[in-house]
Amino acid sequence: MSEIADSALPRLPRGVRLTHNEAQGGWLLLAPERVFKADAVSAEILKRCTGEATLAAIVDDLAKTFNAPRERIHSDVVKLLGGLVEKKLLELA
Amino acid sequence: MNAPVPIPAPLGLLAELTHRCPLGCPYCSNPLALDSRADEIDTATWARVFKEAAALGVLQVHLSGGEPAARRDLADIVKAAREANLYSNLITSAVGLTPQTLAALAEAGLDHVQISIQDSEEKSADHIAGYDGASARKRSLAAEVVKLGLPLTVNMVVHRANIARIEPMVELALSLGAARVEIAHVQYYGWALKNRAALMPSREQVERAVREVEALRAKHRGRIVIDAVVPDYYARFPKPCVGGWGRRSLNVTPAGRVLPCHAAEVIPGLEFWNVREHSLAEIWRASPAFMAFRGTDWMQEPCKSCERREQDFGGCRCQAFLIAGDARAADPVCHLSPQHGLVERLAAVRHDAPYSYRHS
Repeated sequence: MSEIADSALPRLPRGVRLTHNEAQGGWLLLAPERVFKADAVSAEILKRCTGEATLAAIVDDLAKTFNAPRERIHSDVVKLLGGLVEKKLLELA
Repeated sequence: MNAPVPIPAPLGLLAELTHRCPLGCPYCSNPLALDSRADEIDTATWARVFKEAAALGVLQVHLSGGEPAARRDLADIVKAAREANLYSNLITSAVGLTPQTLAALAEAGLDHVQISIQDSEEKSADHIAGYDGASARKRSLAAEVVKLGLPLTVNMVVHRANIARIEPMVELALSLGAARVEIAHVQYYGWALKNRAALMPSREQVERAVREVEALRAKHRGRIVIDAVVPDYYARFPKPCVGGWGRRSLNVTPAGRVLPCHAAEVIPGLEFWNVREHSLAEIWRASPAFMAFRGTDWMQEPCKSCERREQDFGGCRCQAFLIAGDARAADPVCHLSPQHGLVERLAAVRHDAPYSYRHS
């Protein structure tokens, strides 16, 4: 599992977009010639990847919003974002 | 009575904004009878089509042609796609697209650019495109795309004249800063069908090309994504054409006719509806052309009882008509088709006649 620093600023690169489409049943991550379904949890994480919030701030916000243990949220977020970085669907500024 | 076929939600829209193009590529997928400029639908109609497409479930719009930059309202069209919440992909020859227009498109919300490159050798590339200096213009526009921070795909159509240069073509895509390259073997419809004997590679060339692509994928993993469109005349099973008829995608022609695939007009007797007269939802759900081959009820043997029928959907309806003479037949590239021998004989017809260039 790739490590992501607490101070990293995750953001979707140009050409990758999170979108909502009713007819397709929810949130999707769109990239060149590719479409990935995003479940509700992933969508909440990705909405916060604006390049303005640090990883630590994103985890804090999610833990507070969903009243969940910070440790578990941190591990979910790092797992999702690490996988997306490998696929070049996310940048860490 | 069979149960009605459930209507799926489409994912992609191919918007052929115009058939006009400065290039003359002999494998162009446009029909032999091109829509004229006077018949092209206007900006407001495209904007409405994009909204209706998004409501149907479409996520990505491929702005294609012809050369989309031949339309003066291209930036407004990109803006309309963005406003409809569609992911927009510009499929361009790069000839006739200025850096100024490209910057305006990026500003309007364009998501991705795909540039076609005809060969790694400039002289050959310009000969294939039928346009002197095309190659140099493409390389310089690719640099502009990268400079603007837009993701770039290079599309390379492969045929007998360039199939020996897969590796330098991938190296070229890398040097241009592309994140993705498509190695697309010619599919024989439209102008390509007309030029088949001049374009068709041998089986040995195709097999070598497939092995080369595999090796290049391994070599460049993590640096560039290599997608390949396989040459189906030498395949064992047919391609699942357009992901299944009326199942995942739709195509709007410059004049507004809505087709299940870009070549569908070659099939006689199909009735296409136009966005000038119908909403996209009505057309998708109920137009005779979309109903004709949706699902599996239309199939004959060997498709009807084939275990792959929901996997490749009997292959391509246009190819079934063009080669077997029956749009309901199995795609004859399938080794199970009784007409498969015809495909082998057609692939063996190869001679270096001058290209018959398309002309707008």
